[in-house]
Amino acid sequence: MKLNERSLAFYATCDSPADNAGFLYKRGERHTAYHRRWFVLKGNMLFYFEERDSREPVGVIVLEGCNVELCDAAENYAFAIRFGGTKSRTYVLAAENQAAMESWVKSLSRASFDYMRLVVRELEKQLQEMSQGLAGACAGSREPPGLWKPKPSGLEESRERLPALPAILPKENGCAVWNNVLGADRLPDTSGCAGHDEEGNPRPPPLPPRRRVSSGEAAAVAHGPSTFCRLHEQYSREVAQLRQDWQQRQRGPRP
Amino acid sequence: MRYNERELLSLARQPAEKAAEIRMSVPKKGSVLKKRLVKLVVNFLFYFRTDEAEPIGALLLEHCKITKEEENVFSISFIEEPERKYCFECATEEQCQEWVEALKRASYEFLRRSLIFYRNEIQKMTGKDPLEQYGISEEARFQLGAHRQ
Repeated sequence: MKLNERSLAFYATCDSPADNAGFLYKRGERHTAYHRRWFVLKGNMLFYFEERDSREPVGVIVLEGCNVELCDAAENYAFAIRFGGTKSRTYVLAAENQAAMESWVKSLSRASFDYMRLVVRELEKQLQEMSQGLAGACAGSREPPGLWKPKPSGLEESRERLPALPAILPKENGCAVWNNVLGADRLPDTSGCAGHDEEGNPRPPPLPPRRRVSSGEAAAVAHGPSTFCRLHEQYSREVAQLRQDWQQRQRGPRP
Repeated sequence: MRYNERELLSLARQPAEKAAEIRMSVPKKGSVLKKRLVKLVVNFLFYFRTDEAEPIGALLLEHCKITKEEENVFSISFIEEPERKYCFECATEEQCQEWVEALKRASYEFLRRSLIFYRNEIQKMTGKDPLEQYGISEEARFQLGAHRQ
């Protein structure tokens, strides 16, 4: 099967920020020797390079549908990326210390497109409920659900189960680790659609009161998905600008 | 570049967000439009010969540009090589528009931007970070400042 490898290599090496990066030891497929590689996680793709400054990755692991587990390898701080299916390969990786291992297991466990899509849909739903004036739907005023698990739709259940995180991981923000998830039926139906169109769309969120808008957009708020996309684009440009400013402030004055 | 082909083939067999028989050409010299089964699954676009179970190829839809070309036609190109276009000729203009919309939203990076947008909106409206209740507010991939496009 052909893959757009040049574009993949570009994606791996371009300056879009990575979700995680660092050295890991990767166990070989046939021989059990470990090789130290520079790993870069972007989205649901885990790239690995021979050296940190290599111009092209040696390979990539498509993470969709994987489970990440600690494993009992001779190597310390080892963990495994496993896939379903009888003949799938298990990738055994080892970090250099406990903190790195935990960081990688966490970020890899949540790297799938499916997971990201679920979180987005949940927030979309929250925003929709808020804009419909259901105060009880706000995160603050409702009993915090704490933990949630995606509802596997009939179509997708074989594909992505959110993997369980090892129990040793610390609680985050005082909430329990996310793998103890329940309440599947709270989530919107995940039966495969990428966009908004096919699902009988949430209405676009109301414009925040302090935002100035052109009259055209204020009028258009109530209408369909294409208007929402325009609004979304406008906001995302704003957000992108905010991010840029924030980043520059974080970097401090340029030398 | 090595990749886990078995898992990608398995992904290609999953139910698609969108699938259709569309005439398609690849950016190769002398390439002509050929009828293919085109299937969108997460951020991959797979394309098959219409009578085969295994895809001929897969396109990872990150850092790509979806362009509406002439009537019924759209193209996919990647930002590092904008002239190399994968062209798709749909049966109707409506089908073409649907695919353009779906593909523009098919990338992981688009989802991430959406998430940041919603998170920001909810936070502005409620004063609370909606990701906190899920215990993921500190995740690098959800940070406002961590990503630029």
